[in-house]
Amino acid sequence: MTQTGPFRLPRGGRLIDRAYQLPFRFDGRQMRGVVGDTLASAILANGQIMMGRSFKYHRPRGPVASGAEEPNALLGLGEGGRFEPNQRATTTALVGGMVTAPQNCWPSLNADVGAINNWMYRFLPAGFYYKTFIHPRPFWKHVFEPIIRRSAGLGKAPTEADPDRYEQAYAHVDVVVVGGGIAGLTAARDAAKQGKSVWVIEQTPQFGGRTPTDHADGQTRIDALLAELRALPNATLRRSTMATGLYDHGYLLAREAIADHDPNAGLPRQRLWRIRAGHVVVASGALERPLSFAGNDVPGVILASAVRDFIDLYGVAPGRKIVVVTNNDDAYRTALVALDAGLQVAAVIDARASATGALPEAVRARGVRVLTGSAIAGIKGGKAVEGVKLCAHAGSGDVTEVIDADCVAMSGGWSPVVHLWSHCGGKLNWSDAQAMFAPDPNRPPTGADGRAMASAVGAAAGDLLVAEATGAGAEQAILPVWVMPANATRKMKFKMWLDFQNDVKVSDVELAAQEGYQSVEHTKRYTTLGMATDQGKVSNINGLAVLSNALKQPIPQTGTTTFRPPYTPLTLGTIAAEARGEVFQPLRKTPMHAWHESHGAFFEPVGHWRRAYCYPKPGESHGDAVAREIRAVRASVGTLDASTLGKIIVKGPDAGKFLDMMYTGMMSSLPVGKCRYGLICNENGFLVDDGVAARLSEDTWLVHTTTGGADRMHAHMEDWLQCEWWDWKVYTANVTEQWAQVAVVGPKARVLLERLGGMDLSAEALPFMQWAEGEIAGIPARVFRISFSGELSFEVAVPANRGLELWEKLHEAGRDLDVTPYGTEAMHVMRAEKGFIMIGDETDGTVIPQDLGLGWAISKKKTDYIGKRAQERSHMTDPRRWKLVGLESLDGRVLPDGALAVAEGVNPNGQRKTQGRVTSTYMSPTLSKPIAMGIVLNGPDRMGEVLEFPVAGQETYKARIVDPVFYDKEGSRANG
Amino acid sequence: MAEALAKISQVQDRGMIQIRADLDRAGDAIAGAAGLALPGQGRTTTDGSRLLGWMSPDELLLVLPRAETAEALSALTEALAGEHALVLDVSDMRAMFRIDGPKAAQVLMKLCPTDLAAMPPDGLRRTRAAQVACGIWRDQAGYVLVGFRSVADYLRGILTGAAAPGTHLEPR
Amino acid sequence: MLILTCPYCGISAEETELAPGGEAHLKRFGPGSSDADFESYLFARKNPKGVHFERWRHAYGCGKWFLAARDTATLQVFGTYKAQTPHPTPEIVAAVQAARPGWQPDWIETNADTSAESPKA
Ligand SMILES: [Zn+2]
Repeated sequence: MTQTGPFRLPRGGRLIDRAYQLPFRFDGRQMRGVVGDTLASAILANGQIMMGRSFKYHRPRGPVASGAEEPNALLGLGEGGRFEPNQRATTTALVGGMVTAPQNCWPSLNADVGAINNWMYRFLPAGFYYKTFIHPRPFWKHVFEPIIRRSAGLGKAPTEADPDRYEQAYAHVDVVVVGGGIAGLTAARDAAKQGKSVWVIEQTPQFGGRTPTDHADGQTRIDALLAELRALPNATLRRSTMATGLYDHGYLLAREAIADHDPNAGLPRQRLWRIRAGHVVVASGALERPLSFAGNDVPGVILASAVRDFIDLYGVAPGRKIVVVTNNDDAYRTALVALDAGLQVAAVIDARASATGALPEAVRARGVRVLTGSAIAGIKGGKAVEGVKLCAHAGSGDVTEVIDADCVAMSGGWSPVVHLWSHCGGKLNWSDAQAMFAPDPNRPPTGADGRAMASAVGAAAGDLLVAEATGAGAEQAILPVWVMPANATRKMKFKMWLDFQNDVKVSDVELAAQEGYQSVEHTKRYTTLGMATDQGKVSNINGLAVLSNALKQPIPQTGTTTFRPPYTPLTLGTIAAEARGEVFQPLRKTPMHAWHESHGAFFEPVGHWRRAYCYPKPGESHGDAVAREIRAVRASVGTLDASTLGKIIVKGPDAGKFLDMMYTGMMSSLPVGKCRYGLICNENGFLVDDGVAARLSEDTWLVHTTTGGADRMHAHMEDWLQCEWWDWKVYTANVTEQWAQVAVVGPKARVLLERLGGMDLSAEALPFMQWAEGEIAGIPARVFRISFSGELSFEVAVPANRGLELWEKLHEAGRDLDVTPYGTEAMHVMRAEKGFIMIGDETDGTVIPQDLGLGWAISKKKTDYIGKRAQERSHMTDPRRWKLVGLESLDGRVLPDGALAVAEGVNPNGQRKTQGRVTSTYMSPTLSKPIAMGIVLNGPDRMGEVLEFPVAGQETYKARIVDPVFYDKEGSRANG
Repeated sequence: MAEALAKISQVQDRGMIQIRADLDRAGDAIAGAAGLALPGQGRTTTDGSRLLGWMSPDELLLVLPRAETAEALSALTEALAGEHALVLDVSDMRAMFRIDGPKAAQVLMKLCPTDLAAMPPDGLRRTRAAQVACGIWRDQAGYVLVGFRSVADYLRGILTGAAAPGTHLEPR
Repeated sequence: MLILTCPYCGISAEETELAPGGEAHLKRFGPGSSDADFESYLFARKNPKGVHFERWRHAYGCGKWFLAARDTATLQVFGTYKAQTPHPTPEIVAAVQAARPGWQPDWIETNADTSAESPKA
């Protein structure tokens, strides 16, 4: 017994197994707990009540609760990549070897320097930050900010990657019951008996909720229900699974702890269930509220229900001499449980004028003093309770007596857990008789069919005793107590905590009201009440009651703040789940990807594709590699993996008519066997994609899109076909990945392909802008004579499975030709040398084809195409639109991408006016000088003018406006 | 160490033909040329070797031994000669995986937002697996999943991960 | 996260399997249309709080565009229907009115509207 701590009781502890001891460390101290302990119960058993310091004032804090609502006992768990801050000691199962540390204290829990804030509380009132931001400003910068920065922050963020695994799973269930207490289990049994698929999800590792601790033969009743449910094949019971939020159309998220803090299990640590529930039964119980008396945050002041949980569930005494303070009958259960455990109950302080119910009488019968009409005036002690000062509840706090005690069990009544009910629109009613908000069954959250998608049962519905199922007897009414004593002085209110985690006190909320705050949402943000990681589970009702009283209005008129998911914090790992490492994102790979990899390619992302950017040789920089690749292509022959280019088949009697609507140019007149460059605009007139279309047969076209545009353009086409011209006979198919495509480019391209044999690729048989079908090296192929580099170029498409074979044969056969694989950067430079535009460089969603000198690709004959009407708008036809030109750097430096050309004068913001922008800019290895393209005001009419491009910290760049075609202006090279 | 939830293997010997047509008009012609009955909405028909799947109101997918693809392609093209139709060999643009084992469904439950239990035995469900599109149908020993070729490594990665030993979905 | 039933394949798809497409039943104005008509077609959207008709594509599925009648505030779905109709169908109108008795269509049904031919046929 002694080995697991001086405060471990000799008997009892429903959830623990004393036979298995577990060593762990807390704040550098070696401690021992037992299997079944939470961290909080294990630390308490070792006689340590103080577990951390508060956020703002760094006050000593111990656990207040025993479950998910705990605001104080937040620890840093684990080490290295597994370090996790802000873990609730009350819900974290103890694992042997755990290393835990308190937070918000330096250098140690006992001697914390930040506690100086505690003496400054008068200077850190509600709205402190807002006030000091505004005035006096120098104070903020030189005094407050440095102090606050040092002491702020809840816990520390881990610095290493999380080594644990997480996963998600989808489920589709008729009825999900949230909460495995007696009300939830009863509802689940009833639903399952109707044949529905039913899940019960319970956030703790055991079913039963409060019933086994609070009610005679409670465990028997729970066991009977569990036996019934386990016998039903359509019922599923999931423990350690916390419902985090309820969303539209019955979408329920729940986190299942599988191997939490048990890294050796080799299992995913947690799983996020994404449940589609036909109906959700909210059976999440109720949470006890603290009482607001001076000193209610001293370690050892604990919720009455938590005191009896520590005794009954874990066999741990939170104190040896307990004072119970209450405004209701339920807290008397704590006195009875403590007495049964052999602990001393010094007194029960009851704010009510009388307490004559069965529970108070039972406590009196055990010889305990019950002081009605009484209150706590203050707590003796700072880091632990040493005594309790009593007073009359009706008065202003004159101390009548001081009682020796080391623990105060407080109860301010109970609040139904309405989070899930409220997440998606369920409304609440205030009950004066019960002093609580409870779900309004007539205003539930509604689903896709407009009917209730959730219902509430048991304590969550306001039926605190669930008497029908528990057999509990009637209890005397609660007396609402929002401040204790009723007429407490201002000084006392400075020590009455509402929000323990964020250090918000009764005085702060009253100050906010005094300063004019009326909305509860504004007050919350001004005071930070309920904004900590516990989201004010134990503080919100007390806080808004204090606000209502200060505003002299009834509580329902003040209303609640918004309940937002998650119910308790979710580890980001569960949200990412499998999406990390190699499968963080789908990486699209071409059929030749492995070859590129094994030949040293440096890849760049293009959408989800990975494309070879260049193939640096040992010792080569990327720039060197790109220059070498370009020179090889221009001098002999290179190959580019163009498999990522979009390929869409468009077929049908109306395909030509349809393509004439999709493209700015005329596609219906394209003869079979030929290719044509085309532009696609959106209905706004802006250029969104380009590519070469080939007519395969009388009724079939193959259109190429940009790499990033394939899916988008296919969807664009289907949209117009399905939603506008649905009786046009056209089928489309996105066959991008059916084909591997290799661009064989350079003066020796034909020589190389002819070596592979199979097709006549002579200029006569296959002229520029035509295509042919046949076999290359025994592989079925389509060959397109198109060029994006200005060189003689053949794009060879073969079935994807044979792409690597073709690629390797090209490199085998062209060894003596210095056949060079080249990447996307070489392609980009070569197209810029030729003045060809690139979607995404020269276009940015505001550029029309007319801006880019592409008028030749716009049909004048057509009456309509997508974007035509928009291009007739006055702004689109404005002659002052910026237009495409070439830019020649005057001093040999490469112009910075995106640099702006300045004009005379300044705009209303005092910035220089602009008259153009660099859209593409490179060092051209072919011309041995920088080249660039840009769009410039009246650009084509200003050839020879010099523009200035100022760049911060650099000498202003100067460039001459020139023709955008820098290389082979007559275009003879493409003809080979 | 426990066993994986299911055996994940890539299937390489299947060919695929995409067929788009007015299924009311051309259904019989397609069925005749494919050698299988026309599947209903969201269903498949199969003879154990070939499978004809309903992809959308005007689209079918014929999955067959790769060696039979060319012949089936010409048979379908011929059968639909008078129709407005599209028949394409798409054998190379897809990656096909088998997920075999008694817990195969659990592997897919981790990746697909689909009610697999509600899918009929001969159903074909197009959905997503994590971040990519896929189609799923049942087979004797488990499920078949078809996705795009370029993301084959991704699919193998997420399927293998979801099948990791000890990660069953039964309550613990 | 919504669930909508695709009228083409019968699948109840969740939002992550769908792609949104904005307001349904827009009438296209092309070359020759007035500035006002074109502006309204391109930019003006109803954005009501309440009954609304929307375009959705069953993107991770059969690939078809369909239309949904939905309350944008409560997310109640009155029905989904095929895209090849210039206005919501009588069945959809009836379903909306059953749930929202005061609601009235803001379009005028003409014979041409029920034609199976597309507007530009
Ligand atoms: Zn669909």
